[in-house]
Amino acid sequence: MLRLERRPSASRFWSTATPLLAVLATMIAGGVLFALLGKDPFVAIRTIFWDPLFGQFASYSRPQLLVKAGPLIVIAVGLSLGFRAGIWNIGAEGQYIIGAVCGAGAGLAFYPSESPLIFPLMILAGALGGWAWAMIPAILKVRFNTSEILVSLMLVYVAGHILSAASFGLLKNPEGMGFPGSRNFQQFPAAHNAEIFAGTGMHWGTVTAFLAVIGGYVLLSRHIFGFQVRVAGQAPRAARFAGVSPGRLTAICLGISGALAGLAGLFEVSGPAGQISTDFASGYGFTAIIVAFLGRLHPVGILLAGLLMALTYIGGELAQLTLNLPSAAIQAFQGMLLFFLLAFDVFANFRLRFGRVEVAR
Amino acid sequence: MTGDVLLAIEGLTKAYPGVVANDGVSFSVAKGEVHALLGENGAGKSTLVKTIYGLVRPDDGKMRFDGKDYAPPEPRAARSAGVAMVFQHFSLFEALTVAENVALGMESPPPQRTLSARIREVSEEYGLPLDPMRMVGDLSAGERQRVEIIRCLLQDPKLLIMDEPTSVLTPQEVEILFDTLRQLAEEGTSILYISHKLEEIRALCDGATILRHGKVVGSCDPRAKTARELAEMMVGATLQSPKKEAGEPGKTVLEVRGLSLTPANPFGTVLKNVGMTLRAGEVLGIGGVAGNGQDELLAALSGEALSPPGAITLRGEEIGNLGPNARRARGLLCAPEERLGHAAAPDMNLTENAALTGSIRRGLLRHGFVDWQGARRFAEAIISGFDVRTPGPDVAARALSGGNLQKFVIGREVLQRPEVLVVNQPTWGVDAAAAAAIRQALLDLAAKGAAVIVISQDLDELMEVADSFAALNEGRLSAPRPTDGLTLDEIGLMLGGAHDMHLAEVHHAEA
Amino acid sequence: MIGSIDPVLLIASLMVASTPILLAAIGEMIVEKAGVLNLGVEGMMIVGAITGFIAAVESGSPLVGFAAAACGGALMALLFGILTQILLSNQVATGLALTLFGLGLSSLMGQGYNGIRPPATAALDLGPVSDLPVLGKILFSHDWLVYGSLALVAATWAFLKYSRAGLILRAVGESHDAAHALGYKVIRIRLMALLFGGACAGLGGAYLSLIRVPQWTEGMTAGAGWIALAIVVFASWKAERVLLGAYLFGGVTVLQLNLQAAGVAIPVQYLSMAPYLITILVLVIISADRSRAALNAPASLGQNFHASR
Repeated sequence: MLRLERRPSASRFWSTATPLLAVLATMIAGGVLFALLGKDPFVAIRTIFWDPLFGQFASYSRPQLLVKAGPLIVIAVGLSLGFRAGIWNIGAEGQYIIGAVCGAGAGLAFYPSESPLIFPLMILAGALGGWAWAMIPAILKVRFNTSEILVSLMLVYVAGHILSAASFGLLKNPEGMGFPGSRNFQQFPAAHNAEIFAGTGMHWGTVTAFLAVIGGYVLLSRHIFGFQVRVAGQAPRAARFAGVSPGRLTAICLGISGALAGLAGLFEVSGPAGQISTDFASGYGFTAIIVAFLGRLHPVGILLAGLLMALTYIGGELAQLTLNLPSAAIQAFQGMLLFFLLAFDVFANFRLRFGRVEVAR
Repeated sequence: MTGDVLLAIEGLTKAYPGVVANDGVSFSVAKGEVHALLGENGAGKSTLVKTIYGLVRPDDGKMRFDGKDYAPPEPRAARSAGVAMVFQHFSLFEALTVAENVALGMESPPPQRTLSARIREVSEEYGLPLDPMRMVGDLSAGERQRVEIIRCLLQDPKLLIMDEPTSVLTPQEVEILFDTLRQLAEEGTSILYISHKLEEIRALCDGATILRHGKVVGSCDPRAKTARELAEMMVGATLQSPKKEAGEPGKTVLEVRGLSLTPANPFGTVLKNVGMTLRAGEVLGIGGVAGNGQDELLAALSGEALSPPGAITLRGEEIGNLGPNARRARGLLCAPEERLGHAAAPDMNLTENAALTGSIRRGLLRHGFVDWQGARRFAEAIISGFDVRTPGPDVAARALSGGNLQKFVIGREVLQRPEVLVVNQPTWGVDAAAAAAIRQALLDLAAKGAAVIVISQDLDELMEVADSFAALNEGRLSAPRPTDGLTLDEIGLMLGGAHDMHLAEVHHAEA
Repeated sequence: MIGSIDPVLLIASLMVASTPILLAAIGEMIVEKAGVLNLGVEGMMIVGAITGFIAAVESGSPLVGFAAAACGGALMALLFGILTQILLSNQVATGLALTLFGLGLSSLMGQGYNGIRPPATAALDLGPVSDLPVLGKILFSHDWLVYGSLALVAATWAFLKYSRAGLILRAVGESHDAAHALGYKVIRIRLMALLFGGACAGLGGAYLSLIRVPQWTEGMTAGAGWIALAIVVFASWKAERVLLGAYLFGGVTVLQLNLQAAGVAIPVQYLSMAPYLITILVLVIISADRSRAALNAPASLGQNFHASR
């Protein structure tokens, strides 16, 4: 008979091993999935995980890795704080969109000014926009005890419609010949988030990602706030007893994750995406949830998980081109990864036992 | 009294990882006998009765019930064989009615209306009044126990198992329960009575089996032994009572006046006009049956719940609107009842748990950054100073036994040199040696000039450590009285007598 | 302009628009009554939508489609059940994973099914009552699933109120420890509730792709699963109020669409936000009354059960 037995304290080994195991299991299950779709599983897995780094087009795709990983990491670091505290902001996608719309709006308002203050202003507006969007569920949670899960999620759909309204209305490019979408930031140098070193994929968003990882690490391991976050997640009553105010914690955690998601949106719209358009929302806010868990809610883990997830995006695009693999396959693939991770997580806290316990006399 | 054997247990063994809960346990219960299972916390009593009730499957050993081999795979089988159980931590559902709760515990309950009538009938027959239509969440602890008992009685059990039934009752209610149990035994029902309260067992039981570390260490007629002899069999050593040094009380440090508070939790107790004055060096004992406002009072004192202005003053300073950390900085410390999840974070290690409340008074914070080295030294100081048995400060709190974790929690607060320390149920579920150490630590603290409030449901404990006694009853605190010369009867009446019972039904209470 | 909206048609289409959410919400309510919080309703719905669509198109029978959709949703729920009930993973995270996975899986399955029309489901022939003026059009001109969903609400209500199984289900959601102590199989009961919830969500999804729209488009549930979750909260875990909630939201959706069609001078995007904004508003109103929300919610909601000793 198979039984689960709680470990006296969580296993360090399994905490590190489960993400790796999950990736491995996803590769196998994904291979089966690809085989069902009539593709050679080995070629597909190689195309996704190997070719972007070392294949024929690696010189093009390697910089892309940083471009894709940047927003994922920035958002995931913010989310991880809340997830650790038991505050479930699942509306990062909405905060990302609003950050982008606000940031882009702040920049476009001064078109075609060349002032060096424009880009900093946009960064501020992006962060503020994301922050404000996240404060809606925060305030409703604190004041009325409304589920932050449902509110933040509903606000994603609202943000999506605001994005569409902005691309058709307020932010529409006056010289765009009637097409929806804003001016392209490439034609607006003072507001353009260009690559810092050409050809590397490094832009200000990537820099922010690294800063977020370092800041998150220091906060969680050394600062009393990080400690409070951890206590609140594991034992809410003990946190209260230790003087943590749940309302304040909710507001700060949601605020930080919202601001970071807003920043990610701003850097994306002013750089890689280039403009506000109806298809700007690409699901980074949701994928970042997977990244946060895959990285064990730990900043360094998130850095690695973000790079891995970026790899599947780029590899997926590559597979789409070369193998004609549908893009949805990658989405299913990423969902599967989270499933396997959650399933394997059981080993960190429980021991699997076969048969009856030996009597220790 | 000693008729045929109803339940015979032979060589029952059950092991869990790291601990053998029952090791070759054998004993028997006769028909119509009230048999006590006596032992300290962790002696294996609960595992044993869960085995009899079919919740735990033994690794080894045999049971015979009513002349037949007996190995219930699940509680349903135990119930149909004629075994019923009243649980220590109630197996009740708060949002369901009394009748629904009773129905859930029966194999094939009659229709709702018939059942309600039967509940009324049986509850009156045994002097345990109960309204079948009420929501269990609204009942007092004593009434909830009645629901459990009636649920058992409706199935005409041959054996009734009662796991620590009196910990939630006032002395008067205990007396009523005992009358019911005696009546049942006379009618031929056997009762297996689990407790660590010696006087109760001497008053009620015909025979006793004593467990220690999972093994049977003796059996006796409890009425032929003194409480002290029973205690020594149970603990396996002679126990020292804590020493109280009479000191002159100093100046008033803590004052609570007209404190009324509605809790956030809808099932919580409203505090009504609570008042008390505490002087340096004094130990105030606050007694009361569970659920009469103990948690709420502790929360109001610790700062987890804020109070209206003027209600709480510490050395003349108004602190009702201050949070827990501001109160700690001023010298008011607390140790709540629930160790895992309230006083300590279960999955965090002892270093982190030391920093949980100690960061302010031990100076472990620099510009908001935690001095983990210092926290570790603090944890080590608690471990060595209070004899906490653990491999070291890197162990998770939930890996510690109840007694050791409680010593850690009390030690953490005591080592911060409080001016006022409030503890709730300091020795609940703790073995006798640890309990004695904790009580001594509280007395030593008071001897050094701190004021101590001990909230407890264990009246013996309060008599042992407290200078004065006040009772908490439905959110109201009685005026404190000196413990010297206070009788159990008087305490019982201070605690509210027998809740919701007619006075005439309250018998003489002596034990 | 607003005068161009026909109230009779509005109410009739309200019932159709509400049915998917009603089905998903009543299923989720049973799941939550058993003490499990499955946030994957959206994922189960969309998988139900595509499995139902494929089965109906391939077999030519909408009935086969609905059966397949129920199975698809239940399979997804089983996945959630194995993870949360047996492997004890976090319910919130697993629910999110179910939704993310479901969205990906469904668009993968739906390759090649875009732009096809599924076999039609006819309105139930109710004889002369369908020809009643006004009432006939509003109440008696629908397909069988509209009536089926109403019957399901009534059955759920009676199940919870009168049956012993319903009592046990509520008990498990109230306190799994106490239920376990009395010998009830907590995990088995919860898995069964999850399967029912998954099947209902699957049916709701298929109703979208086979009747309401009727077409397959990626992400076509557009938050309906999340709204179903919100309705359960709004309904304070009561079957009759789930019906009220679902019809209320259906009403808002239909009204909003009608206003769009009528060409009201509000940009389309702002009208489309309405259902989501109203969901938030209603959630706020319901949860603001803290004591009532706490009293009605199943006490073990979202907590995992592990019989340690």
